[in-house]
Amino acid sequence: MPAVSKGDGMRGLAVFISDIRNCKSKEAEIKRINKELANIRSKFKGDKALDGYSKKKYVCKLLFIFLLGHDIDFGHMEAVNLLSSNKYTEKQIGYLFISVLVNSNSELIRLINNAIKNDLSSRNPTFMCLALHCIANVGSREMAEAFAGEIPRILVAGDTMDSVKQSAALCLLRLYKTSPDLVLMGEWTSRVVHLLNDQHMGVVTAAISLITCLSQKNPDEFKTCVSLAVSRLSRIVSSASTDLQDYTYYFVPAPWLSCKLLRLLQCYPPPEDGAVKGRLVECLETILNKAQEPPKSKKVQHSNAKNAILFEAISLIIHYDSEPNLLVRACNQLGQFLQHRETNLRYLALESMCTLASSEFSHEAVKTHIETVINALKTERDVSVRQRAADLLYAMCDRSNAKQIVAEMLSYLETADYSIREEMVLKVAILAEKYAVDYSWYVDTILNLIRIAGDYVSEEVWYRVIQIVINRDDVQGYAAKTVFEALQAPACHENMVKVGGYILGEFGNLIAGDPRSSPLVQFNLLHSKFHLCSVPTRALLLSAYIKFINLFPETKSTIQEVLRSDSQIRNSDVELQQRAVEYLKLSSIASTDVLATVLEEMPPFPERESSILAKLKKKKGPGAVSVNELEEGKREGGELNGGGERGGDSSTSAVGSTPSPSADLLGLRAGPPVTAAAPSAGSLLVDVFSEAGVNDDGFLRFVCKNNGVLFENQLLQIGIKSEYRQNLGRMYLFYGNKTSVQFVTFTTTLNVQAKPVEPLIEGGAQVQQVINIECLTDFSDAPLLNIKFRYGGALQNLTLKLPVTINKFFQPTEMASHDFFQRWKQLSLPQQEAQKIFKANHAMDTEVLKAKLLGLGMALLENVDPNPENFVCAGVIQTKAQQVGSLLRLEPNAQAQMYRLTVRSSKDTVSKRLCELLAEQF
Amino acid sequence: MIGGLFIYNHKGEVLISRVYRDDIGWALISSTGGRSRRNAVDAFRVNVIHARQQVRSPVTNIARTSFFHVKRSNIWLAAVTKQNVNAAMVFEFLYKMCDVMTAYFGKISEENIKNNFVLIYELLDEILDFGYPQNSETGALKTFITQQGIKSQTKEEQSQITSQVTGQIGWRREGIKYRRNELFLDVLESVNLLMSPQGQVLSAHVSGRVVMKSYLSGMPECKFGMNDKIVIDKQGKGGTTDDSGKSGKQSIAIDDCTFHQCVRLSKFDSERSISFIPPDGEYELMRYRTTKDIILPFRVIPLVREVGRTKLEVKVVIKSNFKPSLLAQKIEVRIPTPLNTSGVQVICMKGKAKYKASENAIVWKIKRMAGMKESQISAEIELLPTNDKKKWARPPISMNFEVPFAPSGLKVRYLKVFEPKLNYSDHDVIKWVRYIGRSGIYETRC
Repeated sequence: MPAVSKGDGMRGLAVFISDIRNCKSKEAEIKRINKELANIRSKFKGDKALDGYSKKKYVCKLLFIFLLGHDIDFGHMEAVNLLSSNKYTEKQIGYLFISVLVNSNSELIRLINNAIKNDLSSRNPTFMCLALHCIANVGSREMAEAFAGEIPRILVAGDTMDSVKQSAALCLLRLYKTSPDLVLMGEWTSRVVHLLNDQHMGVVTAAISLITCLSQKNPDEFKTCVSLAVSRLSRIVSSASTDLQDYTYYFVPAPWLSCKLLRLLQCYPPPEDGAVKGRLVECLETILNKAQEPPKSKKVQHSNAKNAILFEAISLIIHYDSEPNLLVRACNQLGQFLQHRETNLRYLALESMCTLASSEFSHEAVKTHIETVINALKTERDVSVRQRAADLLYAMCDRSNAKQIVAEMLSYLETADYSIREEMVLKVAILAEKYAVDYSWYVDTILNLIRIAGDYVSEEVWYRVIQIVINRDDVQGYAAKTVFEALQAPACHENMVKVGGYILGEFGNLIAGDPRSSPLVQFNLLHSKFHLCSVPTRALLLSAYIKFINLFPETKSTIQEVLRSDSQIRNSDVELQQRAVEYLKLSSIASTDVLATVLEEMPPFPERESSILAKLKKKKGPGAVSVNELEEGKREGGELNGGGERGGDSSTSAVGSTPSPSADLLGLRAGPPVTAAAPSAGSLLVDVFSEAGVNDDGFLRFVCKNNGVLFENQLLQIGIKSEYRQNLGRMYLFYGNKTSVQFVTFTTTLNVQAKPVEPLIEGGAQVQQVINIECLTDFSDAPLLNIKFRYGGALQNLTLKLPVTINKFFQPTEMASHDFFQRWKQLSLPQQEAQKIFKANHAMDTEVLKAKLLGLGMALLENVDPNPENFVCAGVIQTKAQQVGSLLRLEPNAQAQMYRLTVRSSKDTVSKRLCELLAEQF
Repeated sequence: MIGGLFIYNHKGEVLISRVYRDDIGWALISSTGGRSRRNAVDAFRVNVIHARQQVRSPVTNIARTSFFHVKRSNIWLAAVTKQNVNAAMVFEFLYKMCDVMTAYFGKISEENIKNNFVLIYELLDEILDFGYPQNSETGALKTFITQQGIKSQTKEEQSQITSQVTGQIGWRREGIKYRRNELFLDVLESVNLLMSPQGQVLSAHVSGRVVMKSYLSGMPECKFGMNDKIVIDKQGKGGTTDDSGKSGKQSIAIDDCTFHQCVRLSKFDSERSISFIPPDGEYELMRYRTTKDIILPFRVIPLVREVGRTKLEVKVVIKSNFKPSLLAQKIEVRIPTPLNTSGVQVICMKGKAKYKASENAIVWKIKRMAGMKESQISAEIELLPTNDKKKWARPPISMNFEVPFAPSGLKVRYLKVFEPKLNYSDHDVIKWVRYIGRSGIYETRC
């Protein structure tokens, strides 16, 4: 900015401001302002012509008054007039006023836009910059509409000054952020990317912000920027601290630019070009090396700048997650920071380590720092750092160190801040469950947890304990004993009473043999807590009492007495009263047998995802998300975009968006695209097999059908939809995540060529994979599908047979009875025939049999066989190498519940295979 | 009970801080949610004095602590408590505190408070004890809290102070002697009005005070009589004299009233007579309020005409409505101007008128005006066209004045003094009565 000369001093403004500052009270200030406003109004009155200087002065005063918080409803016209002045200071004040005060006022906007247009087309760089700054500061939709086309031209024009380019890049970024639909980069893309090569570092820095934002929306268009960014980065990193002169900040070359470059690279996967990748790895290594060098200056700015680059580099390394060497080095570097005396550094180190811990390469390296982290948890002064330390402990926990970590977290819990206690409790509960080797340890841990931080133990946690205890016979006795001991403490938490009530009610008999915990003692112990508890707990205890009556008949009278007392049977709470009345009646009317049936031991709970995990995720509000989840959020956007592309036809995209993929796959709302061989039989078939239920090997079920669920466990469901034509086939695989947690590094390998699948499946989401199949020659072994993914921390591995069988490539052939028997006789060689006699697995229903045979892919020939009970089929198997004609005859024997299956085909292996496959189906 | 009392200047700096109970001290957690322990003093400054939006409620509750404040010019007095106290009591105390301070050192200003802070602490020690208000009668306080420094007192004087402070009549000490027994009585009223442009009264009331200054010897018994409607009617029923019948027409209906503690309320309840042993010096005998048959001393007739978008013509006529022999004083008419006024021309027949830009108003001042007269002002206001579509709200024209009669119609009928022990009678007391009627909020819409 040009220095303010003496004539531009605006003494009036200075006096006014000092008057305001000297005001003793608010009232005095308002009076002074009113006076000034009246003065300005009288000056602005239409008939007087003001010179530029006084106009500027008054506009300045108005601006100042506005910024003090008063309404200004005049002077806009004067400010717009200032825009057309040729003096820098006047223009500047005009723009300042407009960018602060003007809202979308239609009348003025046109005038302003006109003035801006004039300045943009002037050759004066200062004016152009002012105009660009104004556009960016206002950043309204109107501005975008007016100038979105103009600015890219200025940005890439060869003769634009560097400073203007900088402003133009940032201005465009702002407009893009407000109204992305108006900023169309299309033709400018490549030239904008090439700004990364600009001589002027300032232009590069400004352009890279723009490119980063743009490339997040259209990564493909800006792909070329990766190599440019890498080369730019390597030039900066390898330069000496004096090379970049103006852009060296406390001996660090261009720290802002480096950070932005590294951040841009994080938008893309690792470069595929080996040379580029090598160069990038070299850069990252250099950055890591530099961190080891002694600092060149003791100033805090030097270390800040250096560390900023380092942390950005580390997050890039984490993002790539493919260079074990770099990951381990990064981890070691962070390990050093863990003991740094700078609190911010410790915080950042812990935070980055959390993400490192989830990478398989660096998990072990992170684990070596466990002592330091535990120490941080204990001694750190800053609560946010302690929180990060707790997060990291959670992330680095695995089977080997679970006991230690859980113990440490438990001991920390006693002194932890109130704000993070609940989260800590959840984490401890999850870790204890996940890595429990023996369940007595688990029970001990959770009971301890309730004892230490009972108030913060949510419902889910104690539900979970009970679920686990009920599902594991081996810990029930131990749990009952431990709970009984815990309840003996004079003051125990209500959650403890709940757990105690439930467990003793169920398994009290397991410890009743000991005279110290005889039934009556147990009951008295529980009942001593009764009056201190809230209504829901009391209700639970009443249920426990009736269970006691069942378990130990000798306590019946005592308990009936309790139930009969006024405080129960006439309790003001309806729930308690009802329970008391019902239990009392039940115990007095029902025989012991009935009682035993009613109050039978709880059946094991179905295994499902731990509800506390979901709770923990919910708990992590926007303030406390770990990097892990941040990335998840970041990728979510890309996922959605990609999903739209992939879901080519409407039926598949419909499947992808429904929450329960299985229901949809079975229902096939959109009408199944079935093969020509099995017209319209698809849905019937599905019905047939859904009755059969899910068996372990889904493979065989797909011999006669093309769509359905191939595999299902509590984590994953794999659905299949396939279509075949001649010797070609296409199979859609749907991987559905049944949990609420994401699967990371999801990969499938197949001995058939397949498109790669999305490496990440969100909780509850579904990912689709397409496999194209070509039958080259006849075969008997099905292709194997190997699936690997990470669920939580654990690597899951799964191998499945893909249901591709030879019969999928059948072309049905219609023929008359005469033709059939002629061909049948032609295929009379012994090896061409395969025959099997087997017992029926399913009911012999003619319709079902017909449907199955149609599903096989052959034509079902009517009126061929003299015996109408028998079925005959004909078809040709299409392979690339040859065509194999096949004939089939199925003779059911209803009395013996047996079938005789005869297959004749021109190739012996085919006959055999078909016979094997079909024998399992009926 | 009151936990503490703070006096702040306009910047929120604490001038006086007196904490009576520890519960308010450091236990406050600021309402901004931070974890820092912040003291009550700061909480009030941040949340009330420096609040973004002006705090209009006199009671503010911050973190379960109540702050009761009154403002005198630039000075804030805040009473703080954690308990559920009687708010009316706290405010009565705060007003009393203001009165006491005014009686000791005049106007309550930052300067005066700084100059007298030892005195203020002394007073606070005396009138609040562990947060419970004590005797705050200025006359009584002045006998033992003086500004003259320590005066060695004889045993007799000390015992006198004790008996006086603890005795039945705490507001007057014994043994007062005057050469001239004098008594001043002022009836001070403020009349409030809101009138429609057409001259219809929308709301009007008078709030008045009877202030006395007594210089009487001994322990005199006084009796005060006025033209209270109930008393007059009662006497009228008795049908004693024509006088009472005549004055019955001029009697006034008092809506509500409060008395100084020296008035015997039991007698007022039974006979509706006001009898009392007066404190020495100045005090407020009673406060009252009337809403019926108010004499409005002035009538304002506004006329506002908009000429196009850039001009406004205003004409205001005021008429005085009382006996021609009386003179109103300090008359001031305030005519608000629009916020986009860019110039004003004023012509007035009487007094001086000026456009005050800093207050967005035309102020017209007349020194004196007799009854049953009228005067007029006309002004042309030029406006600057703005792009703001907001219409001008037209605030009411307000007026200030002072008249030498009571707009409520209240008349003092008698004030009798009996002192049985000393040898002066009612006739020997020189009595002065004065009526002053002032404007309160006296507004006419335009």
